[in-house]
Parts: sequence; structure tokens; C-alpha cells
Amino acid sequence: MLAFSWTGLILSSVIQYGSLQPVTEFVNHPQSEEQITGAFIELDLDNDGKKESFVPGVNQPGEQTFPQPISGLAQQGKEVYQNMGCLYCHSQQVRRKGFGADFERGWGDRQTVPRDYILQGRVLLGTSRTGPDLMAVGQRQPSWEWHYLHLYNPRITANPTRDPNKPDSIMPPFRFLFKVQKIGDAPSPDALKIPDNFPEDKAPEGYEIVPTDEGRALVAYLLSLKLNYELPESRFSE
Amino acid sequence: MSPLISFFTSIDPRQKTGVPLKVQLSEIDRQMRVPVIMFLCFAVLWLQIGTFFAMVSSIKLHNPEFLGDLSWLTFGRTRSAHLNSVAYGWANNAVFGVGLWIMARLCKVTVRHAGILITAGIFWNIGVAAGVFGILSGGMTSIEWLEMPMQVAPLLALSYAMIGVWGVIMFRYRALGHVYVSQWYILGGLFWFPWIYMIAQVMILWVPARGTVQAITNWWFAHNVLGLWYTPMGLAAIYYFLPKVLGRPIHSYYLSVLGFWSLALFYNWAGVHHLIGGPIPVWLISAGIVASVMMVIPAIVTAINHHMTAVGNARAVWCSPTLRFIVFGAMSYTFASLFGSAMALRDINVVTHFSQFTVGHAHHGAYAFFTMVMFGSVYFMVPRLLKREWPSAALIKVHFWGTAIGIGIMLFALHIGGWIQGEMWNELKDGAPVYSNLDVSQALVKWFLSRSFAGILLTIGHVAFLVNFVWMLAGGKSTRYKEGPTLIGDKEGSTL
Repeated sequence: MLAFSWTGLILSSVIQYGSLQPVTEFVNHPQSEEQITGAFIELDLDNDGKKESFVPGVNQPGEQTFPQPISGLAQQGKEVYQNMGCLYCHSQQVRRKGFGADFERGWGDRQTVPRDYILQGRVLLGTSRTGPDLMAVGQRQPSWEWHYLHLYNPRITANPTRDPNKPDSIMPPFRFLFKVQKIGDAPSPDALKIPDNFPEDKAPEGYEIVPTDEGRALVAYLLSLKLNYELPESRFSE
Repeated sequence: MSPLISFFTSIDPRQKTGVPLKVQLSEIDRQMRVPVIMFLCFAVLWLQIGTFFAMVSSIKLHNPEFLGDLSWLTFGRTRSAHLNSVAYGWANNAVFGVGLWIMARLCKVTVRHAGILITAGIFWNIGVAAGVFGILSGGMTSIEWLEMPMQVAPLLALSYAMIGVWGVIMFRYRALGHVYVSQWYILGGLFWFPWIYMIAQVMILWVPARGTVQAITNWWFAHNVLGLWYTPMGLAAIYYFLPKVLGRPIHSYYLSVLGFWSLALFYNWAGVHHLIGGPIPVWLISAGIVASVMMVIPAIVTAINHHMTAVGNARAVWCSPTLRFIVFGAMSYTFASLFGSAMALRDINVVTHFSQFTVGHAHHGAYAFFTMVMFGSVYFMVPRLLKREWPSAALIKVHFWGTAIGIGIMLFALHIGGWIQGEMWNELKDGAPVYSNLDVSQALVKWFLSRSFAGILLTIGHVAFLVNFVWMLAGGKSTRYKEGPTLIGDKEGSTL
């Protein structure tokens, strides 16, 4: 009975899309649908007036493919994301337009599909949204500084004026991803600029708060989360 | 005879024939005493540890600065430590103790070489402790229900194999005659659990499948561990204790057959409803929804069977600690199952999917059904294993009311609060969201506070249980055995 459902649910999925590959922008190009002739796609990608032929789905040398792998630092940050359990409040998936309000909330310009996840060593879809979805948080909040402040104390970014009538964040602080150190010859470039409304979070005079290696890696990972490319099976606004 | 053959011969747990049933059962209880009491001790200990992590996690949700500077106790880690302590610590130890004891009694066989069982049990618990430590210290996998670092999996799998095999051996050498419904459930669970656990470990952690196949495997496992491991063990206990304590047969043999096979047939397809709207093939989701809705059949069938067995015995149910917990659990099974089927429908799921409603539902099944049934089972078993009666009826009442009211408040808070949360995430006006992200989180705070209040009641109940259990082990009021069992109400109509 169980073997039957394993075959049906899991093995069939492996067969159905276990060999999905990243695709090139040629295949991905918005014009490609109209211009497919036979087994080829004809596009003028270098704008020299001549159309070149490409085989759909076959990656051209030197051409970018999507989804893209994340950098080494971001991969380290993903480990932090995993072992802190961010997934238990933040999902990484966008549901289609009309099914929930993921699209309207700006969590992604299109629904996510299996191909978006094929390069991820561990898939972190998540099933809880105590906080917002993070599939494209790197596009929504592209600033390192914002993420550092937000991780250090989520109340700083959620309610900078500390207005008691405004809703505040219930995210836990991750101050242990930062360290307080003596300012050297010059302040560190990534030292936190804590606003004056949060005096208790400021470092003592002559000291500064900087992210640890883990904190820096985690933010690199968050910034790598983007949904800024289209796939043949999922176009923007879908 | 070679040593191997003589070992296998010595495993043969059959008893001498021609011995009266009561003597046989007494001999079984005697032989099962040490391993079963050991599993129950571990279970009760893990229950307290799990409750501690639950309280910390719950407070953190409305008070994010609480223990906020300790990386070991950040929310993601404590909630996972809670889940793994109660699932692999409390629930699995309870299943090992209760399941093997029921199996031994129904098969009329004993355990020879209990030392192997005890050793495996100790290693299982070392594995769980190492796993929970791994979660807190930064080795968490972030795979739901499989958060423990992958290194502990071989130890757990091996220990389980050495524990589970005893149930199979008992069944193999069972006394001839009718096989009771509890035996099917336990035997099924003993085979299902290792199969789903190992597949999930291999396909997600050891040789990861590509892309979202991992997520499908994850939910195939996480849903089946509830439905094909804890649920059959809980139902086996209800089917055993309900007729046993009432002294009347189960209402219908045929309904119990239907309930078992419909559970076995439909449950294992249902897990993908945790991915509705997600990036997996839509036909899989549809199959999951169909299976989830079909789960109405075993839920209703089992409910009818249990109800018709217990009906007309309200007084007995109320007075017996075992039955009071077990009937509470049996009723919760019906409601949790029906809720679960409804939650798989797309129109409802679009609201509940990412909300606290799901968390509430998990506690509905794992606590209000399974855990309450296990509490009831422990109240029946320990007096027979130790030849003593429970020292305090008052503590049993505190345990019952603390947990019953506590879980009631918690389910109310999480279901209502979760529904509001889901509606707020989804609500649109002129194509724009009505509530900001912060509005949604803030609206949850009062429901999270209610949940922490419920948690305090549950903790009181668990501590009362612990005190009574330790008191009993220490031999309190051991002479009461001659006066009859400890009841929590009298025939004349005491109210509590």
C-alpha cells in the first residue's frame, strides 16, 4: 500500500521532472514563442540584423542559464538560514495569481514552478507564514544595511519611530549574529547605524556593532533570493 | 545445535498451553515489566522536556525578546526541539511501551531476551537526545519532522529495528485463533514506520532528490508518520482498552475491518495536501486532495464503532481514568480527521495553508487524540505491571482537567486565530492587500497569548502526571491493590 503511494507520488515525480535543466535566455526570450521554426528558435540577440538559429533547451556556450546557482558566501548563509530555522515562519514559494494574495503582496511577479528549485541542494519551501514569504526578498529589500538592522532588532525597521499605535514586528532578534568591537583607525564600512530612537541598541562610545561571518553570509543568502527571470512554463504576471 | 539456531529457538515466545488466561496474562505482564516501564519512564521524561521547549517557543511568539540573545534558544530551534522531543521522545517511547504490551497480551506471548529490547530502547533515547542537542547547537536540517542532524538517523533506525522486530516476532508466534483489530494496527504501524523513515532520510538527506521532489518526500513522510504510525497505535489502544475496561465486545467486527483498510488505503496518499498551491505537479495535489477527502470513511466508521461500543456507559467512562482520557482521545480523532479532510479542499486550504490553523490541527491530532489516548493507556497498564494502584486520584483529576481544558483553549485559539491570519494575508481591495505584513503578525499576538495560557494549563497537567507516576514507581500506597483500582469519580455521581 505504502509502496504504491511512494511509486505514485515520489517515483513518478522523479521520472516526471527529476531531469529538469536550467534554461538559457534564448529559450526564455519573450519573442521565442512566435519565432519557433521547426526545431529551431530564430532570434537576433546581438542586434546585428541577422537572426541566429538555436535549438530550444540546448544551452549555448557562455550564455547565462536560469535559475542561477548562488554564490559560495550565499551558500554558507543558507546553512545559517537552515540551522536557525527561519523556514518555520517564512516560506519560499509564490502561489499563482488568484490563489491567495502572494502576487499582490509583491512576493514575486510570477508563480514558482519546479524548475526554480532544481539547483537548490536543500529545498526550503516552508509551510508557515507567521512572517512574509522570502522567495524574492533580495529584490524587495536589496539593501545590506536594511537586512543587518532588521536582523539585529526587527523593531528598528518595523517601527522606526516607536509609535505605540503602529503595528510592530514579532520576529525574534538575531543579535548573536553580530559582535561589538572597538573602532579601529576608521569605522568599519558595514558597522550598524542604529537610529537614535533605539539608544539601548547602540554600542558604547568608541565601539561599533558589526556582523559576524555568519551574519554576513546570511544576508548574502537573503539578497540572493530573487525571482527576476522568466521560465518557459512561468511568465511574469502568471 | 549451532548457537544461532539455539538463539532463534530461545526467542520463541509461546507459552505453555493449558494455562488459564489470567495466569498467562499475569506472566506476560511480569515478563514485560522492565522494558515497558523503561519505555514509559523515557516517555514521561521526554514529555516534560518537550513541554518546556513548547512553553519557551510559545512565549517567544508574542514576546520576541524573551531569551532573545541566546542563539541556542532562538524560536526556530526551540520549536523544533519541542517537536522532536514530543514526537520521537514522548510519542515513540509511549508507542513502544503501549504497543508492544498490547501486542504481547493479544498474542498471548512473552518477550524472551528482554535485554535486547532494553538495550535498543536505551540507544533509541540516546539517539533522540543527541538529535535534540544537535538541533539546539546548530545542526538542524530544516526538514519538517526530520530536523535532527542526519548523523543520528542510523542509530535511530537500528535501535528501532531491534525494538520493532519484537512486535513482529510476537505476532509470528501468536496463539492460534482470531486476530484482533488492535493487532492489525500495531503490526501495520511496525512495518510502515521504518519504511517511511528510511526512504525520507535517504531521499532528502543522504542522496537528496532533485528540487521539489524533496518537498513531496518530506510531506509523504511527515503526514504518514502521523497517520500510519501514531494514528494506528492510538486506534489500537482505543480498540483494546475501550472493550477491555467496559467488559463488552467491540460493536462491529466488519466496521473495524473497513476502518483499518480504508486508513491503510487512503492515508498514505494524503500528505501532498501540505503542498497545495506549491511548485509541484498539479495532478499530485489533486490526488492528495481526493485521498484526504476519502479519509472521511475511516474517521466516520471508527467513530461509529467506538461510539456504539461505549454508548450507555457514560458513568463508567467518567469514573475510569483510562476511559476518560481514551474517550476524549477517540472523539478528538473523529473531529481532527474531519477537519483534516476539510482543510485539504482548495477553497479552505487557500486560507489555512500557511497559518496557525495548521499548527492547531497538528496538535488536534497529535495531542487531543494520540497523547490523550496514551495517557489513558498508561493509567491502565502501570497498575498491572507494578501490581500497585495509582497513589492519588486528585492528581489524575488535575492531569485530566489541565490537559483537557488546556488543549481545548489551545485548539480554539489556533484555529480561530489561524483562520483570521489566513484571511488577513489573502484579503484584497481593488487589487491591493488590505493588511500589511506587520498588521497580520500583530493580529496574531492575542491568540499567541491565549496559546501560552493554554500551555500553562497543559504544563500543570503534565507535572501532576509526572508526580503521580514517580510516586507510583517509588511504591506509594502499594497496599491499595487489595482495595481495588483508583477511580476518579464514584458511581453515585461525583461531578469532577
